[in-house]
Amino acid sequence: MENDVSAMPKQRLPGLFSRLRQIRVSRTALVCLFALVLTVFMFISMAFISPEAVQAASGSARSVLPWWAWPLILFIVTFLLGIVAVLGGVGGGVLFVPIVSGFFPFNIDFVRGAGLLVALSGALAAGPGLLRKGLADLRLCMPLAIIASASSIVGAMIGLALPANVIQISLGATILGIVLIMLMAKKSEYPEVKQACALSTALRMNGIYHEASTGQNINWHVHRTAQGLATFVIIGLMAGMFGLGAGWANVPVLNLMMGAPLKVSVATSKFLLSITDTAAAWIYVNNGAVLPMVVVPSIIGIMLGSIVGVRILARTKPAAIRYIVIVLLIFAGGRSLLKGLGI
Amino acid sequence: MADKLKATEEQLAYAKLLDKGMKVGLLVLIITFVIYLTGILAPHIPVNDLPKYWVLPVYSYLEQTGIHPGWAWLGMLGKGDFLNFTGIAFLAAVTLVCYLRIIPILFKNKDTIYGIIAIIEVLVLGLAASGLLRAGGH
Repeated sequence: MENDVSAMPKQRLPGLFSRLRQIRVSRTALVCLFALVLTVFMFISMAFISPEAVQAASGSARSVLPWWAWPLILFIVTFLLGIVAVLGGVGGGVLFVPIVSGFFPFNIDFVRGAGLLVALSGALAAGPGLLRKGLADLRLCMPLAIIASASSIVGAMIGLALPANVIQISLGATILGIVLIMLMAKKSEYPEVKQACALSTALRMNGIYHEASTGQNINWHVHRTAQGLATFVIIGLMAGMFGLGAGWANVPVLNLMMGAPLKVSVATSKFLLSITDTAAAWIYVNNGAVLPMVVVPSIIGIMLGSIVGVRILARTKPAAIRYIVIVLLIFAGGRSLLKGLGI
Repeated sequence: MADKLKATEEQLAYAKLLDKGMKVGLLVLIITFVIYLTGILAPHIPVNDLPKYWVLPVYSYLEQTGIHPGWAWLGMLGKGDFLNFTGIAFLAAVTLVCYLRIIPILFKNKDTIYGIIAIIEVLVLGLAASGLLRAGGH
């Protein structure tokens, strides 16, 4: 191997070395990031262990840290989650709720309220750019949004009415289910839609977008609209019940079921969250399940983290980060399941 | 083809308003949080007592703090913690305002079906925001 390298022309060596160094640095950075996230979680878990660590009537452990430590740790964790979410290609909400409800002292009611507002803020911030570029499509989104937002209201009301342990168990099971979807679901860049269905034709759910990487204009239309609408009932319910952003479910339905191109699906899904989560967020706000001391550090942390994440992403797109997200979700989903079972 | 590549009039109008609304909402959120943290306005719940309440289910929290759900926070804007609801409500209201903005555009362009869809969405979001929907306690 060494002989091969020495045999290469000298002018190619600096480029190769710098690339190797870059790969090494990005891998090191990823390992450091992962280690940092795990250390923070371990620290948080240890903060619960004290002579007075008793189970409160609500089932939540009391912590020994001063009040200001929690919003500060929350800000740091959400900042890291913002980076990981962008690099892993997932929304912040899906990481936020299981991790914060699993490792922080906040009741899950407040965590879900904050989770919805975190996902909503991210979607509101991304929405204008995606709409202007024509990647997110308002016509595709609007019929789905009615179903998803109405269902998310029902989901939020069910979620707030259920006992915390039931929510924790269901959340844990859902998160582990999401891991399976992430591992198994395939994506199709340009799904084949032989013929648009009658409903999508009537609603003119079609369009053209410019694919910058190939310079082509992609003409798209969708099918199985009725099935898609029915699936959004379930997606909305889960988004409202658990306070999760629902990008993990929106994208496969738009892309694989309805046949929208991947980029249009991802962008429309992100924009759709701004409508679905608005409806559910109002239910949490109006029922008192929003604490500014939990919500605001989370929103600022995850947004700053996303900005840093986008900058890292512009330099490198490490495939390994997706597995780190999966490990984090298994860890958080498992913790949520055990917490719900009182273990 | 070139026309179809451009985002529609209502989509651009929606994007423009969403952009402004989101920026104003975030700014208000940050300013009100700074006011809360610095104690310029005294909070309803002293920050030292927060750990006592944030572990509670929302119904026990409301009962023990004497906070009324719904839009009662509007009457408590003089308190540092409740002032934060201005930014939160602003962010949660942006989508509804964007929908209201595109309704006349859709009807002007004789896009009646989407005009009706937009009105239904406004009603759904309005119902959620109204405070009429209360979840049962647990």
